[in-house]
Amino acid sequence: MKRSIPLLITAVGGFVLIAAYFIPFTQGWGETVAVWFDVLASIAFILGGGNLLKIHLKKVSDRVSGWGYSLIVLGAFLITILVGLSKVGVPPSEQYPAFAWSGYYSDVGTPFWFFYEYAFQPLTATMFAMLAFYIASAAFRAFRAKNLEASLLLGTAFIILLGRTFAGVALTSWIPEDSVFAGLRVENLTVYIMSVFNTVGNRAIMIGIALGIVSVSLKVLLGVDRSYMGKE
Amino acid sequence: MRRFITRACLCLLCFLASVPGWGQDALPVPPTALIAADHPWDNGTQIDLEWTLSADDAALLGYLVRRRAVDEPDFTRVDLVAPGTGAFTVTELNPSASYLFEVAAVSQANVESEPAATTTPLAPAMEWFDGTRLWFLVTLVMFSGAVAGFIVLARRGTPLKVRKIPGLEAVDEAVGRATEMGRSCLFVPGIQDMNDIQTIAGLTILSRVAGTAAEYGARIEVPTTRSLVMTAARETVEASFLAAGRPDAFNPDAIYYVTDEQFGYVAYVQGMMVRDRPAACFYMGAFFAESLILAEMGNSIGAIQVAGTAQPAQLPFFVAACDYTLIGEEFFAASAYLSGEPDQLGSLKGQDVGKLIVAAGIVTGAAGATLAVLTGSPFIQSLVDFFTERMLT
Repeated sequence: MKRSIPLLITAVGGFVLIAAYFIPFTQGWGETVAVWFDVLASIAFILGGGNLLKIHLKKVSDRVSGWGYSLIVLGAFLITILVGLSKVGVPPSEQYPAFAWSGYYSDVGTPFWFFYEYAFQPLTATMFAMLAFYIASAAFRAFRAKNLEASLLLGTAFIILLGRTFAGVALTSWIPEDSVFAGLRVENLTVYIMSVFNTVGNRAIMIGIALGIVSVSLKVLLGVDRSYMGKE
Repeated sequence: MRRFITRACLCLLCFLASVPGWGQDALPVPPTALIAADHPWDNGTQIDLEWTLSADDAALLGYLVRRRAVDEPDFTRVDLVAPGTGAFTVTELNPSASYLFEVAAVSQANVESEPAATTTPLAPAMEWFDGTRLWFLVTLVMFSGAVAGFIVLARRGTPLKVRKIPGLEAVDEAVGRATEMGRSCLFVPGIQDMNDIQTIAGLTILSRVAGTAAEYGARIEVPTTRSLVMTAARETVEASFLAAGRPDAFNPDAIYYVTDEQFGYVAYVQGMMVRDRPAACFYMGAFFAESLILAEMGNSIGAIQVAGTAQPAQLPFFVAACDYTLIGEEFFAASAYLSGEPDQLGSLKGQDVGKLIVAAGIVTGAAGATLAVLTGSPFIQSLVDFFTERMLT
């Protein structure tokens, strides 16, 4: 029973969504199923919040490695919730000035907005910016000419990188654009590699992915693959 | 003589002034007999228009199509169609509204003729089947039929051979290494929710990884970005530990929620990797910009890493930073491959049939398009057009 009901819900939900794609009259059903998922996901926020508190309180109480970070997480989590839910520092809206809580919690100038703008955003941007360094280190490893394939990869990457710079374009600008050798200009080589070789490889992967999605979806809908919900 | 020249000039001026279009842009002859009809086999958002071409068609810029819902005060522009076009399908209409249409000829000087208009409001009708998706349905039925057919064959005992996938063979090796080193295994199921098929595929691999970890007595940690994924991952890991006969070793607190925020999650997992130094890292699911950050961090701590995703843009990053990468279909084949169950292996064979169909389509399409260019045959060109515009869209 514990397995049968979720499987039934999965199958019904999945087949309704497929039917809704082809049968215009049932498009509303698909939207209803999607709304149900949103409701479930919203309720699960409470589950996630509770789990976050439990895990980090345990880490702090057990003084495990890095427990100080857990303390910061708990502090930030509770303060943000408190400030957001109680609308600390939020002035009443112009439409309903008599109601103290009528303002929007993230209006410009409110404490919540301040946290978001001056703490959350810079931290997120910092993490994203670190990607540049990781790309450099990964490229250094990937482009080592260890064998023929790696050398081809290095050569192709070199042409592409060159084609994206002004200096690279200037390097072969002496080849006339209307000559039979115009295809050897770096910018044209770059376009050719990206639009032919790269597209071909990409499409092959995309076709494999599409077939894989059909296969996995079918197995899940028919209950052939149940490993994601544990075995019987 | 002077009088004669003056009179001649005056006559010429009078003649030129009487010529239509001289000194002002002439109105083009309008199109006629505008007919609106419901577009068949659609979802109730399209109406077909047909009209008789203007007598000035050859000199026109095009025909301007406008529409107006009966409760709207003015007509709104839909499109300017090329001269010589006597039919047009208006899209993005509201099935519950009725519309009036008008079509005007537009001259090269951008002067509009009087419009030809419909007089009776028409509402687009919603059919029981969206005919524009017929070929997609046919393709889907063919692929699904192949998968289901091979599942049935496998159940009847037909032997099926599946090639080795190194990335999946490495799962046991990675977990074994973590066990020997006395360190944990880290499993990251992507950053999408349970409604993403990649997350489900990731959890099916988690089932195998957790089972191996339970057998070997290794610790497994699963930080998630979604609460529902956390719940599903717990169920999966618990079931795997039960199946391995180690329910006592299952620790629900090792599968936990971190945050929905992409880079907040990355910051946590990175910090955890630096502190705990897991010996084996698995990245299985939907990844975006965080893929390389996580994989490079795992690489820097010397962990053996296996990744799998269906995000083509992230595959090069995983290939560069991980020891093994499941590319696209391999990722979706993982569950079947690892389980070794005939039912699931049958689905892999079904995928192969799908690939054969796609390959046949590519070869036929390429050959047809080439022949159409070489021979100039309108028949072959019409077949190619049907293939590209009807079947593939």
